[in-house]
Amino acid sequence: MIEIQNVRKSFGSLEVLKGIDLTVEKGEVVTVIGGSGSGKSTLLTCINGLEPIDAGRIMVDGTEVHAKTTDLNKLRRKIGIVFQQWNAFPHLSVLENVMLAPRKVLGLSKEKAEEIAVKQLTHVGLGEKLSVYPTRMSGGQQQRMAIARALAMSPEYMLFDEVTSALDPQLVGEVLDTLRMLASEGMTMICVTHEMKFAREVSDRVAFFHKGVMAEIAPPEALFGAPKDPELQKFLAATH
Amino acid sequence: MFNTALTLSDLGFLAQGALMTLAVTAVSVAAGTVLGVIFGVVRNQVGPYWSAPLTFLLDVFRSVPLLIQLVLGNAFQSIAKLGWPPFTTSCVVLSLYTAAYCTEIVRGGIASVPPTTRRSARSLGMTWWQDMRYIVAPLATRVSLPSWIGLTLGVMKDSALVLWLGLIELLRASQVLVTRLQEPLLILMICGAIYFLISFPIARLGGYLEKRWSND
Repeated sequence: MIEIQNVRKSFGSLEVLKGIDLTVEKGEVVTVIGGSGSGKSTLLTCINGLEPIDAGRIMVDGTEVHAKTTDLNKLRRKIGIVFQQWNAFPHLSVLENVMLAPRKVLGLSKEKAEEIAVKQLTHVGLGEKLSVYPTRMSGGQQQRMAIARALAMSPEYMLFDEVTSALDPQLVGEVLDTLRMLASEGMTMICVTHEMKFAREVSDRVAFFHKGVMAEIAPPEALFGAPKDPELQKFLAATH
Repeated sequence: MFNTALTLSDLGFLAQGALMTLAVTAVSVAAGTVLGVIFGVVRNQVGPYWSAPLTFLLDVFRSVPLLIQLVLGNAFQSIAKLGWPPFTTSCVVLSLYTAAYCTEIVRGGIASVPPTTRRSARSLGMTWWQDMRYIVAPLATRVSLPSWIGLTLGVMKDSALVLWLGLIELLRASQVLVTRLQEPLLILMICGAIYFLISFPIARLGGYLEKRWSND
C-alpha cells in the first residue's frame, strides 16, 4: 500500500505539491491526469525517494520513504519507475540492460538474471531483440525495454511517468498495450498520463491534478462522466 | 648525409634515452590519470563551491609552463630536503601536470552522462557506487578516451623538458650526439622517428578501442 499524506514540495519559490493525500491499495491502478506543471510527475519521483519532500510523509508498505533511517536502495527494489525518456543504458545490449540490476542489486547469478531478463523481455514483446543495442531500436521498443528492465526487479509497485509522451503517435499503442497487460495481471500501478482513453479504460481511480493540488479523484466513469471540479471540466473540454 | 659517424652504440644510447622517455611518461600518465579520475569525481560530486580550492590549484598546474614547474619543483624538493633524484621529481611534477588536464577530461566525461540515465540506474536500486561503476564509468570512458589519448601523447612529448633536471631522455640523448657528431639533421630525424614509433601504437590503441566500443 502506498500512503501519501499531506505531501508538500517546492522547487525554489515554486510550490509544485501543495498538500497531496492519496492512498493506493495493492492491485489498484490509479492514473493521474492534469496540465503541465500540475505536479503529477514530481509526485512519482517523490514516491521512490528520488526527490526529497518538504512536508508530509509517504509510506510504502509501512516504510516511511523520506525517513533518514530508510534504505532507499532497498526500498526502490519494490518500486519500479519508468520515465518519459526511456533512458536505456546505451553501452549495454537489450539483454544486458535488463540483467544489470538483478545481477548487481539483487545479487542473482548470471544464469538466473538472464532467465528473468529473457522472460520479461519476451513478456513485453522484445524476445527477438536480446542482443540488439538500444540505439538500434525505435522509441517504443526502447520504452518497452525500460518497462522490462523495471519489471525484472519483481517490483510490487510500478510508477509510469508519461511513458508515451516522447513517442511518435504510431508507437504509443504498443507501449499502452504493455501497460494494459500489466494492469490486467494485477500490478499495482500509478500512471501519470495524457492518454485519456487509456486512463478511462485501465484505471480503478483517476486523479486530476491542478496547480499542485489534487482537485478531484474518482472512478473513471464518474470523473470523466460527471466531473465536479470546474478546472477539470475545462481540462476535459480542452483535451476531448 | 649517408657518410655518417653514427655508430651502433650511439643508436643504443638513443634507445636508452627513448626508454627513459617511456618510463617518465608511463609513470606520470598512470599516476596523473588515477589522480585525475579522483579529482574529476570529487569536482562533480561536491559542486563548484566546495571544489573551488582544488579547481584553483589545478588551474595553476594547467597555466604555468611545464618548464617552470619542473625547475620550481626541483628547487622545492631541495629546499624541503626531500632528497629526490631527478627521476622522482620529474615524475611527481609531470603527474600533477597530467592530473590537472585529466581532471577536466574526466569531469567532462562524467557530465556527458545524462542525469536521467543515472536517475534510471538509481531508481532500479543501484547504489551511488554501482551507478558510477556500471553506468557512468563505461559511458564517460567512451567520451573521454580521445582527449585522454591526446593528453598521453602530449605528455610524452612534453616529457622532453625533464632534460632540464639532468635526465637523459630521448631529446637530451639526441642533443648529446648532435654536439659530438655535428650531424643534427640525421640525428634529429632519427629522434623524431623514434617519437613517432612510440606515439603511433598509443594512437592506434585509441582508434581500436573507439571502434570496439561503438556498438551503434
